[in-house]
Amino acid sequence: MTAPSPHDAGPRPLTITLDGEPFAGTQGQTIAGMLLAARRRAWRTTSVAAAPRGVFCGIGVCFDCLVTVNGARDVRACLRRAADGDVVETQHDPLPGASA
Amino acid sequence: MTVDVVVVGAGIVGAASARALARRGLRVTVLDRRAAASGTTAHGEGNLLVSDKGPGPELVLAQHAAARWPSLVAELADELGGPGGGFPPIEYDPKGGLVAATTVEGAGPLREFAARQRGAGVDAREVDVAVALDLEPELNPGITAAVWYPEDAQVQPVAAAEALLASARRAGATVRTGVDVVGALRDGDRIVGVRTTAGDVPAGAVVLAAGPWSGVVAERLGVVLPVRPRRGMVLVTTRMPHVVRHKVYDGDYVGATQSGDAALRTSSVVESTAAGTVLIGSSREQVGFDDRLRAVVLREMAARAIRLFPFLAAASAMRTYLGFRPYVPDHLPIVGPDPRTPGLWVATGHEGAGIGLGPVSGELLADLFTGAAPAVDPAPFRVDRPAVVGADHGAHHGADQTETIAEAS
Amino acid sequence: MSARTVVVVGAGPAGLSAARAAARAGAEVTLLDASDQVGGQFWRHSARPAPDERRYHHGWGTFTALRDVVATHPRVTVLTSAQVWALERLDDGVRLRVLVGPADAAGREHLTLTPDALVLATGAHDRTLPFPGWQLPGVTTAGAAQALAKAERVAVGDRVVVAGAGPFLLPVATSLLRTGARVLSVHEAATPASLARGWGSRPAGLVGTAHKLGELAGYVGALARHGVAYRVGEAVVAARGDGRVEEVTVARVDARWSPVPGTERTVAADAVCVSHCFTPRLELAVAAGCAISPDRFVVVDAAQRSTVPGVWAAGELTGIGGAEAALAEGWVAGHHAATGPGGPDPADGSDGADESDGADESDGADAGLARAVRRRARSVDFARRLEAAHGIRGGWTAWLRDDTLVCRCEEVDAGTLRAAACATGSTDLRSVRLTSRAGLGPCQARVCGRTVAELVGARDDAPGACGASPPATPDRRPLVVPVRLGDLATLPDDPPPGAPQPGDPLPGGPDATSTRPEDPRVPSP
Repeated sequence: MTAPSPHDAGPRPLTITLDGEPFAGTQGQTIAGMLLAARRRAWRTTSVAAAPRGVFCGIGVCFDCLVTVNGARDVRACLRRAADGDVVETQHDPLPGASA
Repeated sequence: MTVDVVVVGAGIVGAASARALARRGLRVTVLDRRAAASGTTAHGEGNLLVSDKGPGPELVLAQHAAARWPSLVAELADELGGPGGGFPPIEYDPKGGLVAATTVEGAGPLREFAARQRGAGVDAREVDVAVALDLEPELNPGITAAVWYPEDAQVQPVAAAEALLASARRAGATVRTGVDVVGALRDGDRIVGVRTTAGDVPAGAVVLAAGPWSGVVAERLGVVLPVRPRRGMVLVTTRMPHVVRHKVYDGDYVGATQSGDAALRTSSVVESTAAGTVLIGSSREQVGFDDRLRAVVLREMAARAIRLFPFLAAASAMRTYLGFRPYVPDHLPIVGPDPRTPGLWVATGHEGAGIGLGPVSGELLADLFTGAAPAVDPAPFRVDRPAVVGADHGAHHGADQTETIAEAS
Repeated sequence: MSARTVVVVGAGPAGLSAARAAARAGAEVTLLDASDQVGGQFWRHSARPAPDERRYHHGWGTFTALRDVVATHPRVTVLTSAQVWALERLDDGVRLRVLVGPADAAGREHLTLTPDALVLATGAHDRTLPFPGWQLPGVTTAGAAQALAKAERVAVGDRVVVAGAGPFLLPVATSLLRTGARVLSVHEAATPASLARGWGSRPAGLVGTAHKLGELAGYVGALARHGVAYRVGEAVVAARGDGRVEEVTVARVDARWSPVPGTERTVAADAVCVSHCFTPRLELAVAAGCAISPDRFVVVDAAQRSTVPGVWAAGELTGIGGAEAALAEGWVAGHHAATGPGGPDPADGSDGADESDGADESDGADAGLARAVRRRARSVDFARRLEAAHGIRGGWTAWLRDDTLVCRCEEVDAGTLRAAACATGSTDLRSVRLTSRAGLGPCQARVCGRTVAELVGARDDAPGACGASPPATPDRRPLVVPVRLGDLATLPDDPPPGAPQPGDPLPGGPDATSTRPEDPRVPSP
């Protein structure tokens, strides 16, 4: 029921992977939209508390949903349209080890 | 109540001066037209460097500073409570600096510079590329020469300045922000306080520590002081898994700090912060107090940083800020009494080195003020040296030049 | 003499309207939007609009009409996926630095624009006040729920609680219902008394806002038919769950929004959408040097002109007035940006013409402008009522705990923030940020900036003379969005002043330079 409605005559299907796991969707969906439609609610891991994060603002303001897409870091999943074959990776950038 | 000293400027130099004076029993008031640590102090990188200084008085001061910082950090931690004790950590990190030449032509001058520094007692170790890559695994293996400086360190400048101010307060100093100095209170030739937007502040003496605005404040006090702004921009990346372990910069930095050339100069200074972001500095422009963004400056900084660390090409710059560094025509700080104007003292002109040199400059000023034996020879920093007092004409010329450059840029 | 060039940033209601008005008035217009579609957040829609698309939108006909006009107008170039990342102030205008390509991709195409006039229509985003647990996955802004519903027909959860303040909560709940989610309840923090004060009082303008009220009443009715309670004077004060939200605490709040002890109750939910009205996207306006009002909107005159010559502003940037006001303001801004400082004054409309449709194509520009001016006058009243009824009240901080995150990016909690401010004795926003790290993460304080400023009691010091550092406002972001260093490093040279622009990729557009002849989709090495 959270999948895209079959309103369009021919929405082109596409597949992306998140950390190797395939996700199916259609042309025009954002990466975040695809993940949410598949009931995936979180993907990034925060640096301090190692806590899960997913979509918060949904419009590119909060940067909570950052993912790595085809090797490029810091892509806002809520803005980026998925392209067939996109290799998406979750980001977890821990704080540097004990410096200072 | 008349205080003994009013310090104009609550940046790191003013904070250090106030702390040193207050700890010697003097009643001190610090004034700043804005918030504490909000000007030059908040808009640099927190460099505590000996590596960029050639033999001479500034290096002597820097070596003294490098020796003094660890004990100062310990004093502040004792006094204010260290991390977890309520006061934000000042992130002092004696991480060392690595200077690399990125061109064939740059290798020779860097090695020669390091050799002269060694002659002046700097721990400057020429290392081959393999060792450099061991120190900095992400470094471009195409570098042509590298020198390792274990004495270089880093600090979070705003936290450091706030800590010095907090310490000064504990020693009895008063800090008043949002108070702009508009003129001098005079008794004959003698300055006996300042007039401000919040009323008169009578004082036994006035310490001018207004960074790049020192020339402007001096003028309001009726004194000529040829302190000019040099603009620097800094880029900050998002947090990344890559870590730059030390302060790493290209050898051109050496040339840039010691040049009076007005044209835009950039050299790359790259380092990770405790938060995992990467700081990239720093451009040097003489455009007066023009604070307008120039995107091409960011381009030059980015290109140089990538030349040092290729991984940075994919890094996202999320913030940029610019600051104005105070400089004097001979590129030396001014610390001491102004013999032309009884009651006026000066501590400014540290250019891009004020965070590192600020604390010892404040202590040097307090030594001179109280007649104690100074820790370093104060003569090169005196107010009545030719580059400072002989610069009446130069100051005006400088202003004109600045405007011309701003138009041309 | 060549036509005046106007760049409009933002293709929501205000920007679309501005682009059309500017083109009608004779200017060569470039309309930029960071998204790959026009419409803005208000008309964010499916990549392939569905037959039932209009069910998800208010004023869809207005949108399609506007969209079609700007898409086909010979003097309008619409450039989507065009992210302005910096604005440079020049001695005689502004220069925009733009990257064109997929969101956040490496190696996008550079575009540099130096128009005669700039219309900022960058809109607003939700403001969400922090509460314990708001960092849990499943807690989103109301805007996120709305965007995902409108554009992708995706619900943020199955059992959803909607909360916060402002009439926007109602259409969000309606959209959630359409996507198949179960909306458990809608909680409006404003108390009945302040709602009555804001919306019920009758001074001039009530007639103009009456249909707004009717619209909102319609939403409430629709929700009621779905069994969704609209409860006023209540707030979500905590969320809990293991790795994602599983339940929320709802409490009654008093007139100052402090939770009333003993009224807490727990609601099981897998999503909670919370927004407390909107905050304008001020980056470009601040970069241009526009004066910003104490309540953080761009100051404009009757012609929507900012305090910076050559820069106009319209829409939510100048006050939260809704789409109809944005259309009107855009019209006025676009018209005057096109005619320049010497253009006619905005007419004080008095012809009593039809007022039903901001996109009316049937009459001349003058009548449309006059109508827009009248509509805009009403929007001022709407914004005032909105603030009176739903404006954030200071008592909300009572639901914060020391361990409640304030800055989501850097995970700085309220206790740390207060301790940093207290230890340094500083109420300077810059100092508190640098010593606590609040606001220094990737969102650059877009989410927490105002909250941090309010929590530490920060003030904007007056800027001093001659190059004093500008006051540390939470809205100053010279980099409007993150930019990859590899892209920065390939920025083209500044175009020489007044020089013709070689390789102009925008026929009839403003001075533009574009670089990177190779495929912009190929990441730079």
